[in-house]
Amino acid sequence: METKLPPASTPTSPSSPGLSPVPPPDKVDGFSRRSLRRARPRRSHSSSQFRYQSNQQELTPLPLLKDVPASELHELLSRKLAQCGVMFDFLDCVADLKGKEVKRAALNELVECVGSTRGVLIEPVYPDIIRMISVNIFRTLPPSENPEFDPEEDEPNLEPSWPHLQLVYEFFLRFLESPDFQPSVAKRYVDQKFVLMLLELFDSEDPREREYLKTILHRVYGKFLGLRAYIRKQCSHIFLRFIYELEHFNGVAELLEILGSIINGFALPLKTEHKQFLVRVLIPLHSVKSLSVFHAQLAYCVVQFLEKDATLTEHVIRGLLKYWPKTCTQKEVMFLGEMEEILDVIEPSQFVKIQEPLFKQVARCVSSPHFQVAERALYFWNNEYILSLIEDNCHTVLPAVFGTLYRVSKEHWNQTIVSLIYNVLKTFMEMNGKLFDELTASYKLEKQQEQQKARERQELWQGLEELRLRRLQGTQGAKEAPLQRLTPQVATSGGQS
Amino acid sequence: MAGAAGPGTGPGAAGGNGDDSLYPIAVLIDELRNEDVQLRLNSIKKLSTIALALGVERTRTELLPFLTDTIYDEDEVLLALAEQLGNFTGLVGGPDFAHCLLPPLESLATVEETVVRDKAVESLRQISQEHTPVALEAHFVPLVKRLAGGDWFTSRTSACGLFSVCYPRASAGVRAEIRQHFRSLCSDDTPMVRRAAASKLGELAKVLELDSVKSEIVPLFTSLASDEQDSVRLLAVEACVSIAQLLSQEDLEALVMPTLRQAAEDKSWRVRYMVADKFSELQRAVGPKITLSDLIPAFQNLLKDCEAEVRAAAAHKVRELCENLPTEGRETIIMNQILPYIKELVSDTNQHVKSALASVIMGLSTILGKENTIEHLLPLFLAQLKDECPEVRLNIISNLDCVNEVIGIRQLSQSLLPAIVELAEDAKWRVRLAIIEYMPLLAGQLGVEFFDEKLNSLCMAWLVDHVYAVREAATTNLMKLVQRFGTEWAQSTIVPRVLVMANDPNYLHRMTTLFCINALSEACGQEITTKHMLPVVVKMAGDQVANVRFNVAKSLQKIGPILDTEALREEVKPVLQKLGQDEDVDVQYFAQEAISVVARRLHRPPGEAGVIPDAEGSERGRALRVRGRGQDPGRAHRKRAARAASEAAVEAAWFGGTDAAKGPACQLRVNPRDALALLEIADLVPFSRD
Repeated sequence: METKLPPASTPTSPSSPGLSPVPPPDKVDGFSRRSLRRARPRRSHSSSQFRYQSNQQELTPLPLLKDVPASELHELLSRKLAQCGVMFDFLDCVADLKGKEVKRAALNELVECVGSTRGVLIEPVYPDIIRMISVNIFRTLPPSENPEFDPEEDEPNLEPSWPHLQLVYEFFLRFLESPDFQPSVAKRYVDQKFVLMLLELFDSEDPREREYLKTILHRVYGKFLGLRAYIRKQCSHIFLRFIYELEHFNGVAELLEILGSIINGFALPLKTEHKQFLVRVLIPLHSVKSLSVFHAQLAYCVVQFLEKDATLTEHVIRGLLKYWPKTCTQKEVMFLGEMEEILDVIEPSQFVKIQEPLFKQVARCVSSPHFQVAERALYFWNNEYILSLIEDNCHTVLPAVFGTLYRVSKEHWNQTIVSLIYNVLKTFMEMNGKLFDELTASYKLEKQQEQQKARERQELWQGLEELRLRRLQGTQGAKEAPLQRLTPQVATSGGQS
Repeated sequence: MAGAAGPGTGPGAAGGNGDDSLYPIAVLIDELRNEDVQLRLNSIKKLSTIALALGVERTRTELLPFLTDTIYDEDEVLLALAEQLGNFTGLVGGPDFAHCLLPPLESLATVEETVVRDKAVESLRQISQEHTPVALEAHFVPLVKRLAGGDWFTSRTSACGLFSVCYPRASAGVRAEIRQHFRSLCSDDTPMVRRAAASKLGELAKVLELDSVKSEIVPLFTSLASDEQDSVRLLAVEACVSIAQLLSQEDLEALVMPTLRQAAEDKSWRVRYMVADKFSELQRAVGPKITLSDLIPAFQNLLKDCEAEVRAAAAHKVRELCENLPTEGRETIIMNQILPYIKELVSDTNQHVKSALASVIMGLSTILGKENTIEHLLPLFLAQLKDECPEVRLNIISNLDCVNEVIGIRQLSQSLLPAIVELAEDAKWRVRLAIIEYMPLLAGQLGVEFFDEKLNSLCMAWLVDHVYAVREAATTNLMKLVQRFGTEWAQSTIVPRVLVMANDPNYLHRMTTLFCINALSEACGQEITTKHMLPVVVKMAGDQVANVRFNVAKSLQKIGPILDTEALREEVKPVLQKLGQDEDVDVQYFAQEAISVVARRLHRPPGEAGVIPDAEGSERGRALRVRGRGQDPGRAHRKRAARAASEAAVEAAWFGGTDAAKGPACQLRVNPRDALALLEIADLVPFSRD
């Protein structure tokens, strides 16, 4: 059976489509609206849910639940739930104060009742409860006041109706957690559509609301086995949209937190679906601009996966290397942190597979002019486990990083970095003195070779360019004959043109 | 490139010279595989050069297979590759071989990154046109089907964009299959795919047979328009425009309108916003009859929507909506059905709504005529001119010309003046800058008397504004005023006041005099320039601030063409020669530059004297030098209204900074690269007036 919802509550996706919510008026003066917005007092925010509200009915306080005999309890409960389904305008803080108070008291009582009294949750009240909850929480989230809302810098818009909303969430939570709660009954009302609307609310700017949603969704996931796959799928849709379409969704951290605990509970061997989620959703999530907001939760999820199944390591590390930040040093430090977390749990057999590309990247980080990046990368050598991995594989790792370390030790502007590099070089020397000497000796030679190569490359392209010009000028008398001659001399004939 | 190497050159072109053979594929592929991303990217961007070197056959048999196999790379490289391949037909041997390009593009169309995929689809669309109908069905259509049936949403998303290009050229059987595939994508499990399908629905409808539109597209449209995700529903609104254009009035009423009505009332503000945003297109598509019966009531609702975003989007469309109404009965409709809602919006709580309205409301006066404008619109204009938000006032002022045509600006002048004065003194320099730009327009409409009386002093005050951008705009403004009011007016009102500033204790003001002279000399003509301006400039050559001195040199170069040769020889040349020996290198530099220009002029036969010699040489020299930024470069930028404030502030500071760098009044050394320092200086430097 479908959940029957009054029209006021049917919500829609809160995440904004690619358009900026405020249409730019013909800006004659071109000053940024951001500065303007900061200057004026905050606009109080409406929720769209009041749009369809017809005339408010007057609420009158009902008798207390504890005062009625058990036979009338459920009838009264039903009436209380109906009362709580009446919505109030919280933008106008003085409007209908009496009604708001009545509803608040009723909600408080419901919270109290469902949490402590046994035997209240009988089958017939389920639809009323879910209806009351739906009417209150499901709404189209209002446009963000600030289209470039930055969760790290800007103050979030708090939900004006929170005094009631909080109680509704609290009630919902206690309902789910009640020992009398029967998932088999509730699943008729808490269906896929309900969950979808619940997930959409995670875009709320109000952190208090997201906190409640997180706990609630977690309980729903735990209690409704039939919805689990659906929840995971919808989460990945939200993430994919967040990564590839919008780069805006407020509840990513909360969803990832739930997923962290979900992943923790995955049975082994991992299903393909879960692996795919890691590779195609979690790893690309690293590329998002606002990574810092949810990186801790994301890294936790990734490491959880690797602890479950070590064979995923190569995929993960190659993925991270692919999305390695090019310009954002703050993100680079985060990536290095995550990489260390991964290396902490890596199996030596997996390490061998990725050591070379990984340490080339580490070397690039060491040569970063941003000292925090270089420093973070060099801290890898303070990690005993990583050090032991390096030692076991020094014939591969050392050549991958040596050139860079050697160069940066002479060039870096920051003394701390230089001395850290010296330490690392010293460790290498102690680790394998012979190899170290060889590398030092060949360093110069390699430099020269590099220059030589660069020269050859330039000549090659120059030659090609001339050829192109000649062709364009239409010097096309000759036959195709020379083509055959090409193949034998493949490797050597680099840039002799 | 590709074109040039196209069919004409063909396989024969591979010959040419013997040393072509020196480019075996392995070397080129090494380049494409280089460990350094930047080098790889460079190589990919020159892929056409490589292909040309290899010749068409080896491009087909060796290069393309390699590219297809090594698709896993940085997204940036893939993007470049996707773009290159779109123009590759000529390089693989022309249309007959275009299908060789499909495998790598197919892989690219399935990657995760949206920009790469979109580019691959774009290239595929391009190449599809180069296929022969037979090749299209043999190679291209199967590719589209494969993509449409892909596992991951990326390939299905890409497929959505390819149906409309192959449909018109396919045979009937294939067409049915294409429709079938599109149908299933419209009800795809992933919202990403449904969004892609919804966004291509209109495009596909246009190439379908009318029967299929009615029997297949309309049901898809209806179902997408009631999707559970608002992001899908709003895309259906866009498709509605294209579909509506194809149907007759009856079909429209029966098949599309119920859905459109529902969209205008959607519970998600984003969908309603979309309806408001596309309103003019919808209006044109459904025609006048349905507009009157359906769209106008919908529009009224949008104008009083509970979300400001929706109201603002609707307010933007007020004028277009009214203009597009059938002329017959238009006035009544506007007066009775639109105007009451507009009146409400004038006192809206949201400034974006008011400002959106202000940007179009003046346009109604031409539609409603003089009487209605005076009686009904004028009070609204006046109210908006007094609005607390400067953007609203500016939007009204910037559209004054519409009203002027209908009722004359005098009706407004009483309210206009306080509004202008207030904007002219606004704390935000961008507001001041904006109002300056309307001065010439206002001056033209208000007339010289009103101007002298009320606005002239404002224009002069801007010349000593503490933000360079405002001073500069004020200078340009003076020039435009002179062009409008004539040289006599200039001589009596403007020139004396400008020249007085040459003795100002503040060197920035002295420089403003020079900038004004640069701008005014041409408009004022030879006589005024020689008689009044030149002496002042010459006198300023002895200024103690180097910035002023080198600006003297620049000014002399600038006004040189206006002066006669005698003045040049007698007055300009000696001064420039003196400046050429200046202790400051920059002064020397600009003096030398001016001397070379003036000298050219002096040696030229008198007949050509009118031509301006100032020219590229000197301009180029100036652009290269940091100091030269003192004035001209950057003006074009600043005119771009949409610029970010911070950036422009830096720019303003730039000028403040360079001004200051030389001034003894304010010995601040500026590192031009340090934007933050500049921002601070913007506040500190400007005035040492007191």
